[in-house]
Amino acid sequence: MERSWQRWLIRFGIFVVMTIICLPGLWIVMTAFRDNVEVMARPPVWIPERWTLDNFRAILGMSENQQGIPVVRYFVNSLIISVTSTILALLIGMMGGYAFARYRFKGKNVAFLWLMLSRTVPGISLSLPVFMIWSRVGLIDTDFGVILVYLALNIPFTIWLIDGFFRQIPLSLSEAAQVDGCTRWQAFWKIEFPLAKSGIASAGIFAFLTSWNEFALASQLTRTTASKTLPVGLMDFTAQFTVDWTGMCAMAVIIIVPALLLTFIVQKHLIAGLTFGGVKG
Amino acid sequence: MRFFRSRLSPPILLLMPAFVIIALVVALPLLFSLYTSFTGYRLVQPASLWQWVGWRNYQRLLTDVDFWWAFGRTLVFLTIALNLELVLGLGIALLIDKLTAGQRIIRTIMMFPMMFSPILVGFQFKYIFNDNVGLVNNAIQSLGWSDVTIPWLVNPVTANLAILMAEVWMSTPIFAILLLAGLMAMPRDPIEAAKVDGCNPWQVFRHITLPYLMPFVYIAMAIRSLDVARAYDMVKIMTNGGPAGRTELLWTLIARTGYQDARMGMANAMSYASILLSVYFTVYFFRKLAAARRTMGGVA
Repeated sequence: MERSWQRWLIRFGIFVVMTIICLPGLWIVMTAFRDNVEVMARPPVWIPERWTLDNFRAILGMSENQQGIPVVRYFVNSLIISVTSTILALLIGMMGGYAFARYRFKGKNVAFLWLMLSRTVPGISLSLPVFMIWSRVGLIDTDFGVILVYLALNIPFTIWLIDGFFRQIPLSLSEAAQVDGCTRWQAFWKIEFPLAKSGIASAGIFAFLTSWNEFALASQLTRTTASKTLPVGLMDFTAQFTVDWTGMCAMAVIIIVPALLLTFIVQKHLIAGLTFGGVKG
Repeated sequence: MRFFRSRLSPPILLLMPAFVIIALVVALPLLFSLYTSFTGYRLVQPASLWQWVGWRNYQRLLTDVDFWWAFGRTLVFLTIALNLELVLGLGIALLIDKLTAGQRIIRTIMMFPMMFSPILVGFQFKYIFNDNVGLVNNAIQSLGWSDVTIPWLVNPVTANLAILMAEVWMSTPIFAILLLAGLMAMPRDPIEAAKVDGCNPWQVFRHITLPYLMPFVYIAMAIRSLDVARAYDMVKIMTNGGPAGRTELLWTLIARTGYQDARMGMANAMSYASILLSVYFTVYFFRKLAAARRTMGGVA
């Protein structure tokens, strides 16, 4: 080719970008499997000389000399809170998205705008009044209290995405089904729901990631192992004067792995979900 | 189904649960916090919730130097971050679009930072920029560029740069992925036609590619604007507003005033400033998006 240097330039640029994206995460993963001594070593040890699971044993409380952080408990809390709020957000989001995509009603645009505006309130600003109210009604430090808040965080974006996907499905399909004797309800479940499934899945991933990763609200609304989530638990390590780098890295790996797995399973729907949920409409 | 035959119209019924939840968790609490911002409420003195002080909190804010520094820093931070993310994202998308093979794997890697919790991104950069054990200082010393340990997160300038870098690292891929999707969906005919007519590559980009991409830019911005405040998580873990308040953003200042100093009334007054800021960003980009959709017509 006449411009092979250009091709190499492009490849080099991509290589640099990929390095910047991957290196920080890779460094964390390597530290998670490193001996604590190596972290402080001079000159620095780049690749761990001995890969070890000690850091994970330590934070999971499986070694005798170190007091563990209740990571398992945090993990379970995170899982309960994220899964519940995702499923509920999807149900409510499907209803709302269907309403926006298939009906004309008064104040539709205003309703949509207010829905989006409710999502834009910064987590920390929302946490102040929610904290005051939740502590009065006894919802502080309960799974339910956090689930309720995450539900409100997830609903607007879920509705936005699902609305976009329902709009892509031609109205004539469900009308044809109704002419053939289906009720609107049956037409929804047999025609529109299966066609919008991938969009609903991607909305679910976004809802799950939001709940799984949220920190600002959870850090104020949770107190103990009763409801503390993983991101809040990460701050347990920084409370002391010395930072336990290997422990924190091990915890970071525990937080990121479920999100990674889930995203890779449905990754091809994700991009379509983001783009076409937004553009069409 | 009887559900569809009740007196309320179906869309109202379908939207009811969404609006009830939002009313309970967002609207009502915000009304309460609006009330609180007119009181001298302190967490440690429950009775002070009923102590009406009128506009006093807001008047104090107007002359509060720390608040205006945090507010200004937040504005500058957001402006630089969003522009940088857009430009870098566009550049990366154009690079990947030119690639002949391996686009899929690269796109998958690009999604990596999107899955990270902001608090994790903050921790990651806190670790990398740590003066004693950090990757950056280790590299600088190993390469022999310098022997001193550079205190990245203690120096105000470099601390702000490190936070900006964390923010850009996390959000640029979203722009890149969305813009790449736009580039791939773009029809090739107009570009070929322009080339035949003698346009140079810059003219093609400026007058054909870029206008076509604008709706995708606004989608990315709109999605991003919903969540600008997540920089709070990163600052919280990286510097917690320090050194001496030099990396304080509006959101960390709110948390400090409300929870640490227990001055809830004042914190709620501040949080209204932050809410207005977020609402401004969101409304701006959603209007741009709506306008872009209209001009796109049936293209996308």
